Amino acid sequence: MRIFDPHIHMTSRTTDDYVRMADAGVRAVVEPAFWLGQPRTNVGSFVDYFDSLVGWEPYRASQFGVRHHATIALNPKEANDPRCRDVLDVLPRYLDKDGVVAVGEIGYDSMTSEEDSAFEAQLNLAITHGLPALVHTPHRDKVRGIRRSLAVIGASGIDSGRVVIDHLNEVTVELVRNSGCWLGFSIYPETKMSPARMVELMRRYGTDRVLINSAADWGHSDPLLTRATGEAMLTSGFGDDDVDRVLWRNPMEFYGQSGRLDLTGAGGTGLPFAGNSIRRGGSR
Amino acid sequence: MIRLDELRTALSAVTDQAWLADAVASVAVDPAAVELRFAEAARRGGRAELSVAPRWSADEAVRTLLLAALPVAETSTWAQNLYWHGDAGEKRAVLKALALLPVGDECLVLLHDAIRSNDPRLLTAALGPFARRLDQAMWRQAVLKCVFMAVPLNQVEDLARRADSELGRMLSDVAEERAAADRKMPDDALELLASIESSINLEACDAHF
Repeated sequence: MRIFDPHIHMTSRTTDDYVRMADAGVRAVVEPAFWLGQPRTNVGSFVDYFDSLVGWEPYRASQFGVRHHATIALNPKEANDPRCRDVLDVLPRYLDKDGVVAVGEIGYDSMTSEEDSAFEAQLNLAITHGLPALVHTPHRDKVRGIRRSLAVIGASGIDSGRVVIDHLNEVTVELVRNSGCWLGFSIYPETKMSPARMVELMRRYGTDRVLINSAADWGHSDPLLTRATGEAMLTSGFGDDDVDRVLWRNPMEFYGQSGRLDLTGAGGTGLPFAGNSIRRGGSR
Repeated sequence: MIRLDELRTALSAVTDQAWLADAVASVAVDPAAVELRFAEAARRGGRAELSVAPRWSADEAVRTLLLAALPVAETSTWAQNLYWHGDAGEKRAVLKALALLPVGDECLVLLHDAIRSNDPRLLTAALGPFARRLDQAMWRQAVLKCVFMAVPLNQVEDLARRADSELGRMLSDVAEERAAADRKMPDDALELLASIESSINLEACDAHF
């Protein structure tokens, strides 16, 4: 089973996790920029964090044979803090980097006007930098948050096929499915989705535009729940090809829209994918 | 040491020449354009290893040509700026380019930063021809770091000439620690230690007779 985790916060994980993930078949990850638990008080803290996401963390991952890419953004929660607003000004520099394959996580936390303007500004950055967008959905008042997110996405002019709406569940899946956006599901030990519930959802809605992630971060989470979901699919009658589509080809297709995905050394086989370099040296 | 015209020739078979010419020209006219050109150099110019320029990849060569196209008075400032804001690939390219650019000791801070890093790609890039400007104490630390990180010592420019008795002592201490822990010393480090010790013995003989 080859696994591409499209949303996992490796900065919060240990080297033991990398070892176990590699053993479980995780060959590629995307790490979105997000809130670190402890609020940041200045732009410099973000700069160091973003530098780590395009510098140290990819190197650390490579030690375990895992290809690491990042998404960069000012997250919705900290978009409310006036001390962090100027992070928006340093984003363009990072959105040109090779290892950055989307703008994210953007979207809503408490649905304030500050979050509105940061969300809109960053969808525009996604368009101007030719990148897809990763949209976080709020824990509280989720349905309304998703409706409002879809409205902002629609107004921005970004192609809905270049947007993933994340942290969906049984209640919110249909809203997003009808929008043309990709469907992101975070599999957690307790909250959000479980492997068994995820299998039921795919039975009902299929595997089209579905992205499954562990989102593993500093909270109670498990970086192997992508693998557990793949196994639950197999024991429930899904075939190897279905599992490969959801856990490998779908994330490759979504982030491949950046033209910057480089899965060299990720054990992936096949030809260069949509202009992305699969082999070191690329297709040029 | 490789020359700029050799890098340019090496790229002729690898990189889209129209894009490269446009990028180099734009940087000469508008230096700030180097930020985007530098960032996109690998995905636009390729990443292939250059067969005619050993240990250089296409993106490193492209980035070097971009830096070399900047107005001389601004080269050093931009090189530092691009390093501090660069990802690992961009940092490595700046480090490799330094020896080919009109810059001086003010850029040594970049080498110091790379030597402090734990990324072998940066460490080796810092130990090219520009490292002749490093003072001996820092240079020895960098060589020792290569041994600890199992980075092949043939990547260190000028190793045989610069290795001194103090480096020999440091290596022999490492060898002692490794022996106590029942861990192996890399073969190239043992060879370096042996060659330092034999040259010290030769000097001692010269002094005696």
